[in-house]
Amino acid sequence: MDDWREAQEVLVMDGGIKVPYSWSAGETGTTYLESLRDDKKFLGTRCPECGIVYHIPRRNCPDCFSECAEWVELGSSGELVTYTITRKHHPQLSPLKGVFGYAVIKLDGADTGFVHLISEFDESQLAKGARVEAVFAGEREGSILDVRYFRPVKAVS
Amino acid sequence: MGAKRAGIVGVGMTVQRSTRRDVSGVELINEAVRAALDDSGMTRKDIDAIVIGNMDHFEGINYVDTWSVDGSGALGKPIMKMTTGGTTGSTVAMGAYYHVASGMFDRVLAIGWEKNSESDTTGAIITAFDPFWDRPTFGGAVAGLALEATQYMAETGATEEDAAYVAVRDRKNAINNPFAHLRMESNIEAIMSTPYLAWPVKLGDMCPRTDGACAVVFASEDIAGDFPNVPAWVHGVADRHLWGYTSDPYVNQHVKGGTWFPAMERATRELYDKVGITDPLEQFDVAELYLPYSFAGLRYMESLGFCERAGGPALVRSGDTDMGGKCPVNPSGGVLSSNAIGATGLLRVAEVALQVQGRAGDRQVPGAKLGLATGFGGCYWSDELVIGKEKPEKARG
Amino acid sequence: MEPVAIVGVGMTKFERDRVRDTFGDLVFEACTRALDDAGMTIDDIDIVLTGSNDFFDGRTISSMAIMDACGSYDKNVSTVEGDGTFGAAHAVMRVLAGWGTCLYCAHHKGSESVMPLITNAMFDPIYERFLGIDSVTSAALQARAYMDRYGVTEEQCAQVSVKNHGNAFKNPYAQLPLQLTIEDVLASPYVADPIKLLDCCPISDGASAVVIAGAQRAKALDAKPAWVKGIGYNCDAYHLGDRDLSKVDALQAASKTAYAQAGISDPAKEVDLAEVHDTFTYLELMAIEGLGLCRMGEAGEFTAFGNTAQDGRLPVNASGGCISSNPVLVAGLNSIIECALQIRGDAGEHQVDGVKTAVAQGVNGPCGQSQCVWVLGGDE
Repeated sequence: MDDWREAQEVLVMDGGIKVPYSWSAGETGTTYLESLRDDKKFLGTRCPECGIVYHIPRRNCPDCFSECAEWVELGSSGELVTYTITRKHHPQLSPLKGVFGYAVIKLDGADTGFVHLISEFDESQLAKGARVEAVFAGEREGSILDVRYFRPVKAVS
Repeated sequence: MGAKRAGIVGVGMTVQRSTRRDVSGVELINEAVRAALDDSGMTRKDIDAIVIGNMDHFEGINYVDTWSVDGSGALGKPIMKMTTGGTTGSTVAMGAYYHVASGMFDRVLAIGWEKNSESDTTGAIITAFDPFWDRPTFGGAVAGLALEATQYMAETGATEEDAAYVAVRDRKNAINNPFAHLRMESNIEAIMSTPYLAWPVKLGDMCPRTDGACAVVFASEDIAGDFPNVPAWVHGVADRHLWGYTSDPYVNQHVKGGTWFPAMERATRELYDKVGITDPLEQFDVAELYLPYSFAGLRYMESLGFCERAGGPALVRSGDTDMGGKCPVNPSGGVLSSNAIGATGLLRVAEVALQVQGRAGDRQVPGAKLGLATGFGGCYWSDELVIGKEKPEKARG
Repeated sequence: MEPVAIVGVGMTKFERDRVRDTFGDLVFEACTRALDDAGMTIDDIDIVLTGSNDFFDGRTISSMAIMDACGSYDKNVSTVEGDGTFGAAHAVMRVLAGWGTCLYCAHHKGSESVMPLITNAMFDPIYERFLGIDSVTSAALQARAYMDRYGVTEEQCAQVSVKNHGNAFKNPYAQLPLQLTIEDVLASPYVADPIKLLDCCPISDGASAVVIAGAQRAKALDAKPAWVKGIGYNCDAYHLGDRDLSKVDALQAASKTAYAQAGISDPAKEVDLAEVHDTFTYLELMAIEGLGLCRMGEAGEFTAFGNTAQDGRLPVNASGGCISSNPVLVAGLNSIIECALQIRGDAGEHQVDGVKTAVAQGVNGPCGQSQCVWVLGGDE
């Protein structure tokens, strides 16, 4: 019964979804990314009702739905909320070479954290609350990768 | 206890445009959601659950339900993603209806959206078909529909001019709809002079690619009287999807009972039986139909029972489906005027709701009480909803 | 909640690569088993719902691949894209709205795609995706946040891997039974600190299906029903930096709803068994706490004392859990099926004595952003 099925080697066809995308950052996101690109400055938006300073910026408060039109300039350093060091990474997804990691970072002046890369660290420097600072790319094009990564702030000796 | 009747108590839509670069996808969604909340006199906090959908590969977003929270208002709320291709918008509406009809939720928000400007729509649609058998040779939605059109013309004697009438009708209607994308006075000669995309389908026969979003609030019969607008009641819903391969629609119709579009015909029969429709042209005051191209406006009228087989051209040319006719079709301008795919089916539902509520503005069909909304997609997937001014006698599942 | 029951369940064997089977083959196998289990044929099914994901399947309208196989021909059919707990919840809604029976199936072939590339696409294309973050690296951020907050150790997480891979020996459908020690887990290489290889679920192929019926139809069958006592689901914020990743707000909210419907006031006492989302070991600990089965921060100790073992006071993932077989989307449906089998007394070698009330959990999105909780019981 169905012997031919068991005897049959099956063919496997390689493929991929090759669809190009051009995602709009919108007016709010564009203002933010242009500030990174042109001024190396992080911006957040403040909710007029809740008072929360969102970073990354939001056009509307996710909670009360108020329009968040007020920009707030944030520091380019902040603290680690949580982090990981990646050991096995898919080559297509690795924006950095060598040892790097990810972190949720709360920038000075922001009420929410954001995810970015960490590099140039000794593992001993990484801990919840550790201070980190942004390292900007030399050539910036208006992308979140205009910030290459964050690194621990060297202690003042 | 038991099943609940559900009414539509709020509608929100963005203007439909070829490109909405000013907003991200999440922000576009928020625009429609806030409009729907304002329309129903509610805030985000009042919503009990959300159903959202789009076409994953049109924006390249996986898990749109979790990604869109800032815009949808799902923070701290139940949200579910339903996606069925072109039918997504009507599927989301049916999903939200069932959320309410189950008795589990009282106020449910349905969201459909798309930013077709951000990807290659045809490239993504081709991936809807089988990678072994269909994908290497399938020409996308236009070519697929052209196969349907040639078959329809061969078997009925319908002409390209008949189809062009539908495009002229819908785009003219769109002039009355401030939210529509293509709003133009046109004529059959103008449509006929547009270039062929895949014979007999011309540029003027096809829907546009659109960025847009729509949100609709469904409420339980227990609270439907508590809103500023009178509810538009869901009288019944039904759907069918019979096929999976591109060639099925053109061959199967002859072996499975010899009908045009069996998925639509079977859904129609179930729905009309449930709701008590025997003469749709007389009983429906308005219809918002998912007609992705002009020929559908002939053929699908037959499958929806508005006329006999091959009677589509005569029906539309009689004026019965024009504004002022027996049952105006697509007063909003329909899909031929705006096609943000994930939003499109939900817009049909929203438009019928506005009509039976008497709130459709310049595109209002006077005195509309009962309407039909449809969704089209998949491999001839057919979603259908009947929406009316009167509260139905009982919940119909 | 009106009485609704699971009257039939079916699963395929889960394997790393079922290269011989298409999506349709897997779904047909699972649906056929669920119908057999219910003592039904496809003609007894009123409506069909399916669960799949366009990204994982590499196909727009991914449900089109299984339309021939799921028995939906000439029936109302729709698709919930997301975990099986959500899809099955919608099936329950349709039955509550008046349909007599609903067949719901979900499928997944992890072998056919590249997991990091797919899960990277969960992240926002403007702000996060180009960083290369995926399900593993985001989970690592949450694991660290959770472990920091409560002082949970890597040893405590490792216990979950040892226990669940061991449980899988008694489940013939499970993919990866492993005889492990805590030392083995701790000695496995880091993938993304603090997550190590043996803290992670495998990639799996397979499908599952259930038949859900209203009380009238359920009682007319010879099949043993498992009754749906409560369902809750809830979504947290999207951007990881908006959340306190050490907290389980969405899970607690979902549990609260499900327990309220089920009339459960003290889950730690009233729940007999739980099947939870343990794609990474720390998630089982968070789930035990979020489901209210022990106090926040105490799941590590709770596990160490053997409470969650197959023969413990409150077995968790007696089936072997997601860490033994993780067909994405199917995973939550498997949890529901396991709870149903345990309640029926049909769980075979991994049957736990006297299960009257069981809880299943499923998730969508990064770091358990959207959570669904089911309570199942033996009585109507």
